[in-house]
Amino acid sequence: MARVNKTAERWWLPGALALFVLVLLTGLPLVALLFAAGDISAKAVTENAYHQRVIRFSFFQAFLSASLSTLLAIPVARALSQERNFIGRSLIVHLYSMALVIPTLVTISGIVVVYGRTGWLNSVLGSMGIERFSIYGLSGILIAAVFFNMPLASRVFLQALENIPSEQWRLATQLRMNQWAQFRFIEWPAIRKQLVGIFVLVFILCFTSFTIVMTLGGGPRATTIEVAIYQALRFDFDLDTAVALALVQLIACATLLLLSSLLTFSNTIGFAYQEPKSALRSLATHRWINVIIIGLAALFVLLPLAGLLLSAINPETMTVLTHTNTIKAGINTIIVSISASVLAVTMGVGLLISTRHIRIRLHKYRLGEWLQHTGNMILVMPPVVLGTGLFLLLRPFADVFALALVLAVLINSVMALPFVLRILDGPMMQAAQHHDKLIQSLGISGLSRWRWLDWPLLRKPFGYALGVSAALSAGDLSAIALFGSERALTLPLLLYQRMGSYRLYEASVTAALLLLVCLLLFVTLQSLFRHKQHAGT
Amino acid sequence: MLRTIRRQFYSAALTAMFATPLALFIASPVQASNTLTVYTYDSFTSEWGPGPVIKKAFEETCECTLEFVAVDSSAGILNRVQLEGENTKADVVLGLDYNLMALAEDTGMLAESGANLEKVSLPVDWESTVFVPYDYGHFAFIYNTELMDSPPTSLDELVNAPDDLKIIIQDPRTSTPGLGLMLWVKSVYGDDAAAAWKKLQPKILTVTKGWSEAYFSLFMNGEAPMVLSYDTSPGYHMAVDKTEQYQAAAFDEGHYLQIEVAAMLKSTSNQELAQSFLQFLISEPAQSVLPLTNVMYPSIDIGDALPAEFSKLIKPSVSLLLPTETVRDNRKDWIDEWLESAN
Repeated sequence: MARVNKTAERWWLPGALALFVLVLLTGLPLVALLFAAGDISAKAVTENAYHQRVIRFSFFQAFLSASLSTLLAIPVARALSQERNFIGRSLIVHLYSMALVIPTLVTISGIVVVYGRTGWLNSVLGSMGIERFSIYGLSGILIAAVFFNMPLASRVFLQALENIPSEQWRLATQLRMNQWAQFRFIEWPAIRKQLVGIFVLVFILCFTSFTIVMTLGGGPRATTIEVAIYQALRFDFDLDTAVALALVQLIACATLLLLSSLLTFSNTIGFAYQEPKSALRSLATHRWINVIIIGLAALFVLLPLAGLLLSAINPETMTVLTHTNTIKAGINTIIVSISASVLAVTMGVGLLISTRHIRIRLHKYRLGEWLQHTGNMILVMPPVVLGTGLFLLLRPFADVFALALVLAVLINSVMALPFVLRILDGPMMQAAQHHDKLIQSLGISGLSRWRWLDWPLLRKPFGYALGVSAALSAGDLSAIALFGSERALTLPLLLYQRMGSYRLYEASVTAALLLLVCLLLFVTLQSLFRHKQHAGT
Repeated sequence: MLRTIRRQFYSAALTAMFATPLALFIASPVQASNTLTVYTYDSFTSEWGPGPVIKKAFEETCECTLEFVAVDSSAGILNRVQLEGENTKADVVLGLDYNLMALAEDTGMLAESGANLEKVSLPVDWESTVFVPYDYGHFAFIYNTELMDSPPTSLDELVNAPDDLKIIIQDPRTSTPGLGLMLWVKSVYGDDAAAAWKKLQPKILTVTKGWSEAYFSLFMNGEAPMVLSYDTSPGYHMAVDKTEQYQAAAFDEGHYLQIEVAAMLKSTSNQELAQSFLQFLISEPAQSVLPLTNVMYPSIDIGDALPAEFSKLIKPSVSLLLPTETVRDNRKDWIDEWLESAN
């Protein structure tokens, strides 16, 4: 009994460790910049007409983008959850998640090939005599936002729908619910629990987006705070303004996160977690509507990816694939992303174990949730601020350039953390709500609790979290570009360099290879955790 | 079976996590005393860029190690040495451009180059004794001959062209060519620049963050018939891609000049080596590499070593260039003016 109590008392340790790494990597760099900047006047920034306009636009486009992405995700997730048995479903769901992880420059090419002025879609429309449309402007920003974020949102909603207990479906069958009633009373409550969280996540992703908004936005009107920060730091050498703007961004997003947790319907306990059983769901569905929804959504995301892969078949394909630099960069990319994903999931689980304890055992639900939100801090840190801050911090102690890959691993893991938290939070809470009374009465804790009670329920989301964070890290350029030198070649960096040297063919092949590496990491890591564990024990 | 695989996977992942940083610590080369560290931008050091060739050629003559450290952009190089101050590892900075020169000199961190600039031949007279100009080019609109037969022949014709002529440009707030176009318009129109931008506005399909997005993601995918780039871009396409599809439009008012420079840090402990590198940079072995790797004109006359395709390029009648001090003093105001007229 004594041993048990000891481990139970150490509930705060995993979270504290995770928080420590987080603060080290995101909080301290900002503080370092604050000191370097000296005089910061929030007034000067907020009263400047240019900055006011930029801040307004950031909110405006992020709100529209997040609304559209989350709204469209609902019917897609619903259709996917109703049609469990068609061929290629899991492929679509996998490929779907790729949209989020490929580097923006590559995505722009893919989007343009399909939706651009001379893209596939306009060619089809043109041949049918319909007037061509232009993606430059708000429409481009929205198309890109939906392309990036709708798959993420629908994946989260899909998970929520699959976790609906079978009792509910049985009840629905007995009551002969129609489509609308099913949605209203069974599916919507499940989706609603995730809705605010995912909206805020997408909002922040759009709020801080830079290259895409600028490129497809059509002109300087499409300027986000992130652009102004980059401009201030890189071109005006104006630390004060850069830090002040970064703080505005931080405060805006933090406020939003806190508001969202006030809005979320708190802690709903009572449903048994069950593996989804499709057989129980025998209610009538509108098959053809589902097929159309899934088909359109899949085409929307997959066509640009297909465009990218097609452009990789060119005279240089084999030369590029066998080039030493390509192989070196590929290996570096895989090492960085696997290390980062392991670290991200470790941190995520650590943070969640502690906040779960605060929420369930100490009954301080909000406090736990707010602590958990610290994991999202990286989302609102502009890469250029993070890079400069880390640089200032580390320079006295270490050769920053020699550490490029290590720093990339650390930063990428923190960047993946918000996604890991979203994926694991629900299942971990559910596992706890299901077992906690039992656990307490049996006095199980620590590793044996994890091994026997948490793990079986978490393995699938765990694999998904690993896959997402590995793919995200593989596709990320910002971390490595901050410190990158020749010694730390990764595929995204190689891709940008090849573009910078006019090597269009080589760049296309590199882009496609990167996409495949992301996909491979994503699928492999997930499948490692898919099989039932209890088979032999 | 599965459990073994899983266990192997865990241990592999853990090893990767902890061994990588360690291996990197051990593998990072110890700074030799005769190592010359050069900060530059990333495409210079890329596999197809001039970096690898220049490194090899210089190391053959100097019995030293040349180490390039790549930063994300030209402005990033200056950022980095400013942040590092006196303790900077850099002996030489390479890749600043003419517009950044005044700002860079203001830091007080740069030393006289001591280089012999006699052979330098640029479209303008070179006066600076701190900066060594190693290549140059003119900003120009490149057009896709498959989408356009007769491009505008002057900036004014472009400004007054029908609105269905679409161009892609870069943002002066974040990109060097973008700033170049802003200065180009300023030199041609002076106080009427804002009005010219207003007229140009409907023809601008979009304004990108950098050159790569504009050139590769959009222009090469056929999104617009014209893009802002350099007069040397077609030279690359003709020499390497063997295509004449992309050509520069020659403008009557002249073209704005872009000069790339290198300089030595005052704090260097390797002054002699740094000086010999700067001199090497404007010698024929280094200069003859630049046309097809950095896709710019060499800053000295290299005779037949200049690819034949470069003789087919447009020859700007006038090279426009505002003094670097003027750019430093007015850049912010001019960008505000551009923002106003473009909104």
